[in-house]
Amino acid sequence: MTRPLIGVLALQGDVREHLAALRDQGAGAVAVRRPEELAAVDGLVLPGGESTTIAKLARRFGLLDPLRAAVRAGLPVYGSCAGMILLADRLLDAPQDQETIGGLDVTVRRNAFGRQADSFESEIDLAGLGGGSLHAVFIRAPWVEEAGDEVVVLGRIVGGAADGRIVAVRQGNLVATSFHPELTGDRRVHALFVDIVRRRVAARPAQQAGVAAGTEEEIS
Amino acid sequence: MSAQTPSTGTDRVKRGMAEQLKGGVIMDVVTPEQAKIAEDAGAVAVMALERVPADIRAEGGISRMSDPDMIDGIIRAVSIPVMAKARIGHFVEARVLQSLGVDYIDESEVLTPADEAHHIAKSEFTVPFVCGATDLGEALRRISEGAAMIRSKGEAGTGNVVEATRHMRSIRAGIRALGTMDETELFVAAKELRAPYDLVVEVARLGKLPVVLFTAGGIATPADAAMMMQLGAEGVFVGSGIFKSGDPALRAAAIVQATTFHDDPDVIAKVSRGLGEAMVGLNVSTLPADQRFATRGW
Repeated sequence: MTRPLIGVLALQGDVREHLAALRDQGAGAVAVRRPEELAAVDGLVLPGGESTTIAKLARRFGLLDPLRAAVRAGLPVYGSCAGMILLADRLLDAPQDQETIGGLDVTVRRNAFGRQADSFESEIDLAGLGGGSLHAVFIRAPWVEEAGDEVVVLGRIVGGAADGRIVAVRQGNLVATSFHPELTGDRRVHALFVDIVRRRVAARPAQQAGVAAGTEEEIS
Repeated sequence: MSAQTPSTGTDRVKRGMAEQLKGGVIMDVVTPEQAKIAEDAGAVAVMALERVPADIRAEGGISRMSDPDMIDGIIRAVSIPVMAKARIGHFVEARVLQSLGVDYIDESEVLTPADEAHHIAKSEFTVPFVCGATDLGEALRRISEGAAMIRSKGEAGTGNVVEATRHMRSIRAGIRALGTMDETELFVAAKELRAPYDLVVEVARLGKLPVVLFTAGGIATPADAAMMMQLGAEGVFVGSGIFKSGDPALRAAAIVQATTFHDDPDVIAKVSRGLGEAMVGLNVSTLPADQRFATRGW
């Protein structure tokens, strides 16, 4: 069994929770803040946080273009909340100059459910995830307003004012959720992502795989 | 909680909101224009208040919640979360701020306290609260009242980090001390901290507060922010330090970058160049007792 090394983009946001969730699933997990750290990982998580802040820091520290190149090259990436915004090709309700990494053929609306008073937790059903419905936490969350033909919708809101809104998607090696599985004990979304990374590592030529395995470190 | 009904205002949603702010900088602003500068510089949130602490010190008088028109203007100006300050114990200011749609309320010692004995009963609100604390006992009392985020108090409006340093060290030392205690000792600790026993046990088990811990009070430079992060803060509030400095946009961006790369002196050195004048500082040890904000709240 390969033990993939998965990075968590650590410019801002709930990095520690994602590192813990990935390690629970048997992956190596490291914080990524620099291009050379990005180059060493087999997969990447874009955590929850403030998407405008993360995008600005990525630009300022020369990470944005390496991130785009990595996504184009097929690096598996999972984004939760702000991470979904960062993966989107198109944004609504964002500052005009907000940049994204892109790669996911979706239009994402920021703060789609409203302000913090409207943040909520609820049960949702995710396609392809065994074990019944998942308890999901939505915090000033985005949703997917429109999804391209190659995007597989994994989950939607059922009932209420946002009935039918898309909150979980996958396109190839890219996965995004509006909600924060890292804030609950339910590890099924992380398990799904670690599995995607494992399959990709296993499919790669042997000399490339797991170059930096075993170089775990904790962010302070 | 019903499994199918979406629930708002839960502890998890309130505390989870603060988790998303970690590693970020929250900036005091008094106008929509300042809010926009803060957002452009990479702030994770802005804090609306009537006057920044340095001006409150200079001008004196009673300081209160901002004008609702100003808060509306700030909410319209930016897409990042908007926090706002209410006076300690002033539950009606807090209700007004909640109805205006702010994302977090700071029950703050920087404003003039409205109640000398009682803090706001914060669990009753849908909007989450952040509160200041000088030590672990104070932090736990605020959490038991419903605070979903804690910050050090520091001595706001001075440009002097010495008090924030003291509070961060004190909170962290308190947490470490609990980790070494057995059950009988934890009962005594709860009594001495004047905090609920269950919360004391939870902190001893976790080795951290059950909510996010930021720092605030006197942070004026990128190096100040980085030092607080290394002392265990999970993020930074900057008050007067930005808009009382020579070049607010540049200094704001520099503090954001230093917070992310708080453990990298090369980055901190780079972003600290050419920032212009820092805010003029005050020496906390010569401040008369009645001008100290950190002693407000109990």
